[in-house]
Amino acid sequence: MDLFLHLWIMIFIYSIFAMSLNLEMGYTGLFNFGHIAFFGIGAYTSALLTLHQIPFALAFVVALVASGFFGFLLSIPSLRLRGDYFGIATLGFGEILRMVFQNEVWLTKGPMGLPGIPKPILFSYRFATLPQYLLLTMGLTIVTFLILRIIIRSPLGRTLRGIREDEIVLMALGKNAFHFKIKSVVIGSVFAGLAGVLWTHYTTFISPGDFTLSETILVLLIVVLGGKGTEWGPLMGAFVLIFFQESLRFLKLPTEWGRYLAPLQQMIFGGLLIFLMIYRPEGLIREKGEGR
Amino acid sequence: MIETKGLSKSFGGIQALSNCTLSLKGHAITGLIGPNGSGKTTLFNLITGFLPPDSGEIYFKGKRIDGRLPHEVASAGIVRTFQLTRVLPKMTVLDNMLIACPRQTGETLSSLFFHSNTIRVEENQNRKRALELIEWVGLSHLKDQWAGNLSYGQQKLLELARALMANPTMILLDEPTAGINPIMIQTMMELILKMKEWGMIFFIIEHNMDVIIELCEWIFVLDNGEKIAEGKPKEIQQNPRVIEAYLGV
Ligand SMILES: Nc1ncnc2c1ncn2[C@@H]1O[C@H](COP(=O)(O)OP(=O)(O)O)[C@@H](O)[C@H]1O
Ligand SMILES: [Mg+2]
Repeated sequence: MDLFLHLWIMIFIYSIFAMSLNLEMGYTGLFNFGHIAFFGIGAYTSALLTLHQIPFALAFVVALVASGFFGFLLSIPSLRLRGDYFGIATLGFGEILRMVFQNEVWLTKGPMGLPGIPKPILFSYRFATLPQYLLLTMGLTIVTFLILRIIIRSPLGRTLRGIREDEIVLMALGKNAFHFKIKSVVIGSVFAGLAGVLWTHYTTFISPGDFTLSETILVLLIVVLGGKGTEWGPLMGAFVLIFFQESLRFLKLPTEWGRYLAPLQQMIFGGLLIFLMIYRPEGLIREKGEGR
Repeated sequence: MIETKGLSKSFGGIQALSNCTLSLKGHAITGLIGPNGSGKTTLFNLITGFLPPDSGEIYFKGKRIDGRLPHEVASAGIVRTFQLTRVLPKMTVLDNMLIACPRQTGETLSSLFFHSNTIRVEENQNRKRALELIEWVGLSHLKDQWAGNLSYGQQKLLELARALMANPTMILLDEPTAGINPIMIQTMMELILKMKEWGMIFFIIEHNMDVIIELCEWIFVLDNGEKIAEGKPKEIQQNPRVIEAYLGV
């Protein structure tokens, strides 16, 4: 039963994380390879604040604002770059941020990590048990889904998709493409931060090793597998991949296998990502429209 | 409307445009002709802010616009199309049109949550107008198709309608009839003339002489990046320099 609840909590957290990336990658066409950074900023901000006795509600808000703010800071220089270079810049940002978590020991305790992160308390209700936490993550997943859906279906969402298709056209029609891309990254970063907050108060222990490139690859894979540029794709992808990943963890495998299992899984995920990009870029769910 | 003064642009060793001075005054449809590689598209790119000029000045309605960004030029009222059509392939024909509406309330994040009624009203109006224009260019039956599925000619028509949807003062068309069949060329010309009746102003790059003669009131001729002639269509046809440039004598 606990495993089942745990599974769903993880699926929901990664759903939020993947939905946030989907806005950038699936709808705006921005391949952000450092998305984990914003998950990390949300996680560390909320962890540090609550460890310093700041109420969760406030820490939560500050964490989201911080994630969005760093999204803004990153997007200004990197969105001036074209296409692939944005990807490289974000990749760099993700790695730099992990170094910051690792080296700014005075703040983050470095590689030692932050233990004992408290469970969230909202309106004097403590989300401590698994079912309670599941409720919280599910609620916020639904909220995220609905907010992003409003955006995606709006004229704003339409303009973002237009930028994905051909930003030159949008510029010729009078749209400030740069502006819209910043918006997309900031919104994406806020929700990545939200996923980070939920995750940090769930595991109650975080360290820089949790925010590596392989996490970005996982969330990329979730979006691509599920179907980028679709409303339900990220949830589908998260369900399939997190189910797979977390189940492996709980199989009673001989401990010496562990040494091989983690790298093997990364290889499989990386390989699967490349395979999908080439042979089924539309993923499980296909974008709406009378195409092909 | 548009005025350029001593406009020059080179790419590496190639002088694509040199010291180009021209003034579009009072004509509803002005043509721009010249052999391939004579700098016509480059001139459009400079006017619309997609490329910065090396030197020279550009004015629109008396205001200087060189140095402005493409979207600023477009917002100022100059909307262009592209020599090789550029539709938004994985968006429907209708969405291709709706996206062109300038200054939509629903493009700002906060309005999505606080002004949803305004957005709904605006969207309904925009959709009505978009559908009218789609029908006008004869693409109604394709309105829910991905634009990428349209034939080349249909994409050109869509691009024209989309430019109109952006509500500009002036439209720059880069070879609107290139690569489409004679029937569609006819349609295209009729649409352009209709838009002219509605008060739209055009600057058109075109190779098809019949189209140029029929549409344009005034023509500029470029050769090797230089303006070699300007005048009424009849005059241009008889201008020895123009004949020379075209025949390559
Ligand atoms: N972006 C560019 N980079 C390099 N060379 C270019 C570029 N755009 C145009 N040119 C060159 O400038 C010259 C003029 O091109 P263009 O303006 O496209 O001519 P036209 O539209 O009259 O056929 C050509 O020699 C072309 O190769
Ligand atoms: Mg050209």
